[in-house]
Amino acid sequence: MGYPETPIHVDRLNRIFTLSESMAAMAPITLSVNGKTVDVDVDPRTPLLWVLRDHLQLVGTKYGCGIAQCGACTIHLNGAAVRSCILPVSSVGNQRITTIEGLSPNGTHPVQQAWLEEDVAQCGYCQSGQIMSAAALLNQHPAPSDEEIDAGMNGNICRCGTYLRIHAAIKVAANTEA
Amino acid sequence: MALIQTTYNRRSFLKVSAVAGGGMVLGFNWLAAMDLEALDDVPESLVELNGYVKIGADGTVTILSPNPEFGQNVKTSMPMIVAEELDVDWRQVVVEQARFNNEVFDRQFTGGSQGIRRAWRGLRMAGAAARHMLREAAAHAWRVPVDEVTTADGVLYHNASERSAGYGAMASAAATMPVPEQVQLKDLEDFQIIGTSQKNVDGHKIVTGQPLFTMDQHWDGTLVAMTAHPPAFGMRPKAVDDAAARSMPGITDVFTFKTFEDGYERNYFDTNAFPELVAVVGNTTWEVMNAKRALQIEWEPIEALESTTDHDARMAEMAAKPGRVVRRDGDPEAAFARAAKIVEGTYTAPFLAHNAMEPMTCFAHVTADQAEVAGPIQAPEFIERTLSARLGLPPEKIDIALTRMGGGFGRRAYGHHMVEAAVISRQVNAPVKLMYTREDDMTFGAFRPAYHATYRAALDADNNLIAFHVKAGGIPESPLHANRFPAGAVDNYLAEEWSLESNITIGAFRAPRSNFMAGVEQSFLDELAEAMGKDPMAFRLELLERARTRPVGEDNDYDAARYAGVLKLVREKSRWDEEATPGVSRGVAAYFCHNTYAAHVLDIVVEDGTPVVSRVCCALDCGIVVNPDAASNMAEGAIVDGIGNALYGSMTFEEGVPAHDNFDTYRTIRHSEAPKAIDVHFVENGIDPTGLGEPPFPPIFGALANALYRATGTRMRAQPFAPHLERQM
Ligand code: FES
Ligand code: FES
Repeated sequence: MGYPETPIHVDRLNRIFTLSESMAAMAPITLSVNGKTVDVDVDPRTPLLWVLRDHLQLVGTKYGCGIAQCGACTIHLNGAAVRSCILPVSSVGNQRITTIEGLSPNGTHPVQQAWLEEDVAQCGYCQSGQIMSAAALLNQHPAPSDEEIDAGMNGNICRCGTYLRIHAAIKVAANTEA
Repeated sequence: MALIQTTYNRRSFLKVSAVAGGGMVLGFNWLAAMDLEALDDVPESLVELNGYVKIGADGTVTILSPNPEFGQNVKTSMPMIVAEELDVDWRQVVVEQARFNNEVFDRQFTGGSQGIRRAWRGLRMAGAAARHMLREAAAHAWRVPVDEVTTADGVLYHNASERSAGYGAMASAAATMPVPEQVQLKDLEDFQIIGTSQKNVDGHKIVTGQPLFTMDQHWDGTLVAMTAHPPAFGMRPKAVDDAAARSMPGITDVFTFKTFEDGYERNYFDTNAFPELVAVVGNTTWEVMNAKRALQIEWEPIEALESTTDHDARMAEMAAKPGRVVRRDGDPEAAFARAAKIVEGTYTAPFLAHNAMEPMTCFAHVTADQAEVAGPIQAPEFIERTLSARLGLPPEKIDIALTRMGGGFGRRAYGHHMVEAAVISRQVNAPVKLMYTREDDMTFGAFRPAYHATYRAALDADNNLIAFHVKAGGIPESPLHANRFPAGAVDNYLAEEWSLESNITIGAFRAPRSNFMAGVEQSFLDELAEAMGKDPMAFRLELLERARTRPVGEDNDYDAARYAGVLKLVREKSRWDEEATPGVSRGVAAYFCHNTYAAHVLDIVVEDGTPVVSRVCCALDCGIVVNPDAASNMAEGAIVDGIGNALYGSMTFEEGVPAHDNFDTYRTIRHSEAPKAIDVHFVENGIDPTGLGEPPFPPIFGALANALYRATGTRMRAQPFAPHLERQM
């Protein structure tokens, strides 16, 4: 339909993570996650998504595609939205990681509040990623236009089709924040 | 108030008891009272559901929601119905998800848009019976006639003596009262909860990322498992070289296993093209994912390796031959022979993958004498039987937790993932979490079938419709419902069907069969209206008026007045009859399936050569709407889903290999492509409610095709539409 393509274009997983015969050795890595410093001992090429989910039990960040196409795994690095499924943990360094669990104490972030007000979720599986993308969008554009919301949210698939409510909730959050 | 005879018996009231520390528990069969009509697309045996209400001494009301939740919001709307008749403040109610339990809950199933419809009366009876017993307890305690005891918001009152007591205080005594033989239900105008918009009971957990889904659960000592399935339908593993995979860090086991043992007789939901898999088990997801990719597997073909080009050719061949006649009214052949004009259209649609956002996943812990399983599943009862047979364990030794599903759309009626997890757990003697990658999920099968339909209509010299002919088929099933509209509205009518076998597995997909027929039928009616020089809305209403006043045949699967009702409502709300807005192209479509009527008017504007859906106006007749805002959400989702699948949805095959395996090559609708506005309107008629998960979905395909035709001049006869548009615009 000549619609804009998703803004994220990446190669397939097996092209991103070329498999070498021998895996790299485990290495201790220090991360800053939701304001806390944590140490993990993992293969440095492990995507941050799996470090969060399997090693740190921060399971709000979801797996949907593994190739930066769906946005379910969206987290913040220094406040910017990043797909954690293709981000090797070794590349994070001392950047601040924020996950859905750390976005606010007890769901008080204006985006989370707007999501509840608009009763956005159906199955809910994509919504952590949607909320993290929306929060980052509002960091960049405190009063986003429709086009800015479209561009900022096109990388997040909602298979249940809650896009209109997501769109409306972002506007509600923008008004609360302003 | 309506006084109704309860139909409680030993089966329907499983338990009425006091609980330790005070309070009462009512176990009841929600559906014991139902007069069960023939089900649409759901096996008859699935329709009974049980649940319970618990009132604590502190007045907390707990309502168990037995149905698996996958975004359709029954976990909120079903308990709302109980709470209404119980007469409690909705804010006092705590909702819990029930586990699968044959003994307490009998049958639990999500599918066919039947949840609310089938549970409606039973839920109300349960709430009303509990309220009655509380009133009896208060009457007893206060030594007053029960008729003088009233309730409001979870409090019992005796106005004459100015006494009152919370439900909690009377709950233990209520448990000793006899179960009433008849109860009074509220009048519709007295509803205080039903018909009000209440938020999703899991909303806060969802927006704070709490562990709601199967893959979020963590059990100590749990290993991660993945499986490799054949790359093509018609293949199985022949030889596995797992040396590299085994030596990789974190890997504990690699082995080949059978999901079903030889000679096992599969049940309805045991769909599975790949019953032999290679399992990789290890400590963490990433390690297992890598090891899986290091497997060297030789696959062997055991059946034909099918391709889409061949499918298309074979479907065209079948369409050219006579099919099985499933309905004939009048003399259609003679009418076509004397026609002054014949209008004809052929429509096709490909296989579709469900692509639920959460890939298949399952936790299992199987020991020698019991199995604990948790996973996203729509039909737990069936999978319990399969697990019982596969594991050699009696059903009571199998515990299934119904975790919230990250979408389903029909895909999770098929529970092979649960069997796989269980078999792997037993083999490795540890709890395991089975994870499908997106690629595994998208290529495993249980697809929406590929379909084909040819429509013909005969017009006489005065442009009157004198005969109608539909011939439809698919791989591997026909999508046709013989007695649906416009059968009943045309004197000479012929419906034929055919099907072709395939080893590509199919499964229920949101409104099975209707999801094709609605779109193509409504596209053809538009072509026909144009050929007849009629307004497409007026033409549909004319046919429905004929079906209402002088129906052809007796066996018509719809109520023509309610069908016309949604069209009239959408005509009014979309201002169809007003002067067209310049630049806006409109398409209309309506359909009836799963007991609910739906009509859409879809508007397209062309921006920089690109058609954009600017608005969808939707009218629904599902009777009483329990939770209006949630119902609108469901309809909005169905509309977005339908537009996405109509434009982009497609799974094709080459030599048995699915040609798409992730979201980079399988297009799904994205944020900017959703309609700019959707307004949903409900017919208000006080009729008992029917479902909404499926009905708004099928007709949107037709509304989109019809609007696109007006915007571009091209009829959209082959799904997906997007490639045709790119050529067009
Ligand atoms: S899981 Fe990372 S974008 Fe889909
Ligand atoms: S709410 Fe289900 S995928 Fe978005």
